[in-house]
Amino acid sequence: MRLFEYVAKGVLAKHGIPVPEGFVVTSAGQIRRIPGPVMVKAQVLVGGRGKAGGIKPADNLDEARKAASQILGMNINGHVAKEVLLEQRLDAAKELYLGITIDRSHRCLLVMASPNGGMDIEAVPEDKILMLPIDPLIGFQLYHGRKLAEFMGLEKDQAAQVEHICLRLYDLVVREDAELAEINPLVVTKDGRVVAGDAKVTIDSDALFRHPEFGKFEEDLTPLEKKAKSMDIAFVQLDGNIGVIANGAGLTMATLDSINVYGGKAGIFLDLGGTDDPEKVKKAVLLMLEANPKVILLNIFGGITKCDTVAKGVLEAMEGQARRVPIVARIKGVNEEEGREMLKDAGLVPASGLSEAAEKASQESLR
Amino acid sequence: MTILVDSHTRLLIQGITGYQGRYQSKAMMEFGTKVVAGVRFGKGGQKINDIPVYNTVSEAVEVTGANTSCIFVPAPSCKDATLEAIDAGLETIVIVTERLPVLDAIHVVSVARAKGITLIGPNCPGVASPGKTKVGILPNKIFREGSVGLVSRSGTLTYEIVNAITEHKIGQSTCVGIGGDRVSGMNFVQILEMFEKDKQTKKIVLVGEIGGTAEEEAAAYIKKSITKPVVAYIAGRTAPPDKRMGHAGAIITRGKGTAESKMKALEDAGVKIAKFPTDVPELLGQV
Repeated sequence: MRLFEYVAKGVLAKHGIPVPEGFVVTSAGQIRRIPGPVMVKAQVLVGGRGKAGGIKPADNLDEARKAASQILGMNINGHVAKEVLLEQRLDAAKELYLGITIDRSHRCLLVMASPNGGMDIEAVPEDKILMLPIDPLIGFQLYHGRKLAEFMGLEKDQAAQVEHICLRLYDLVVREDAELAEINPLVVTKDGRVVAGDAKVTIDSDALFRHPEFGKFEEDLTPLEKKAKSMDIAFVQLDGNIGVIANGAGLTMATLDSINVYGGKAGIFLDLGGTDDPEKVKKAVLLMLEANPKVILLNIFGGITKCDTVAKGVLEAMEGQARRVPIVARIKGVNEEEGREMLKDAGLVPASGLSEAAEKASQESLR
Repeated sequence: MTILVDSHTRLLIQGITGYQGRYQSKAMMEFGTKVVAGVRFGKGGQKINDIPVYNTVSEAVEVTGANTSCIFVPAPSCKDATLEAIDAGLETIVIVTERLPVLDAIHVVSVARAKGITLIGPNCPGVASPGKTKVGILPNKIFREGSVGLVSRSGTLTYEIVNAITEHKIGQSTCVGIGGDRVSGMNFVQILEMFEKDKQTKKIVLVGEIGGTAEEEAAAYIKKSITKPVVAYIAGRTAPPDKRMGHAGAIITRGKGTAESKMKALEDAGVKIAKFPTDVPELLGQV
């Protein structure tokens, strides 16, 4: 779950990392005073907002109100800015990069730092980025911080501040279950302070059960995506017209790939995951029908999700549907005989293998 | 011989009183697994499918000599259950539980590695050595005993491919689902190393998917150290790119992590790549 910048900065501040003084408004009229020259920043969960005009400087109250009213309601790469953050403008002498994320290869947290922070961090050459995997049994220590600060080319006072910030950021990641915490730029101001200019924090959605405080923040989802999320179903909308219902991420992806080989295009896919609840299957099928695909491809390999459970859910969902969407069904694995028997008279197009199912669904979609 | 689990496996099931624990323990026994104990605090003394239930892992180990655990407990208690199993001295632990917080995974994986314990998962279907033992949730009917070793990051896609192989009358030595989470106890390289040493395994199937660089690392290892023929399938050629890791993800992977990058790395290592999951048996016949 990605946090808005102002929420992320609140989390940073809570963990003792300096952030610029600022506040959030939902309308320009709410701005009563500003703490000197400010930046007015659109709060959207998407990159490229600076280039899209979602960040503007303001030197006085009038300019701040004007900037805020321009930005509020602005559509930035498909995301509408509903809130703006006004915060003290930093007088930057240097812009650094500091980030912590999951290191899948080393199976630990990875701290990354660069002396070249700012807009084009992804283009910075590899020798300008230090990547430090942290052994979880050792944890982040000050010696790691010294190494990072030295790499960023910092002098005594700023080095000490950055070491402290690294330590606090690692602590934040562990305590808040963040899977990503990124400060870019980490600004060294002309008067020698080190402050977080921007903040990207993503909380591990699997850990939200122990962080109910983040539950109150609304995520930027379409109505169907919201519905799917509340049902605990992985749901993605693409630009084709075949609706794919499968179980498991790998099988879902293999199904999409196979459709593609036959010239079809998936328009939406639902990953049932591991469920043994016919009610959940029924809701998933209904959700799929709501998304209005031309044809549905049901590809189930039963394990935890048993085939007869899926069949039961599909039948219940189809009951009383006015419009008949063709369904190509491929059902295999635990209790497949029972599942096939149940669906025998339901008017589905049966397929025995994955490629056959993909071929039939693609043909139907191109008809 | 097989890898990871065999006829010496004496299995303990953590979370045996839940719906999945009950159902899957029965399926494992039907496969031939020696399920010797179940654990659920507060339910000690009961029996599930004739398997004695104990309150703690250490008690179960002491009484039954269990050496392997299969964990079904829900994600919020999974870290605790795994550390309990490690502490009780089990040799091999398979975590089926999905949606374990990634920091919990990092914690249990690092402790297991430091103690020299084999940890598979989380979010994995488990391990099956046909004709001998199964630990996990893989469907019983898809296997056939033989000489192909299979390792996969996926669950259901593994079943799909094993089923296709079996339908072509090709048997398997051991099939390992290492789990699809970002942090796993075992990775491709470790399993490949075991298959290379295993005398029963003659050919290897690797099933990968987009995200991370595990397949690229496997390709480098295959090039360097694997003499047995390898066939691979990579899922996610048409999946939308995952943008959630922001800049940090792009900095780490530097263009790796896509299906193209993985397939190219594997091809460069002499691995045959299947177009469809169901093409795997045919390619196995060619290598």
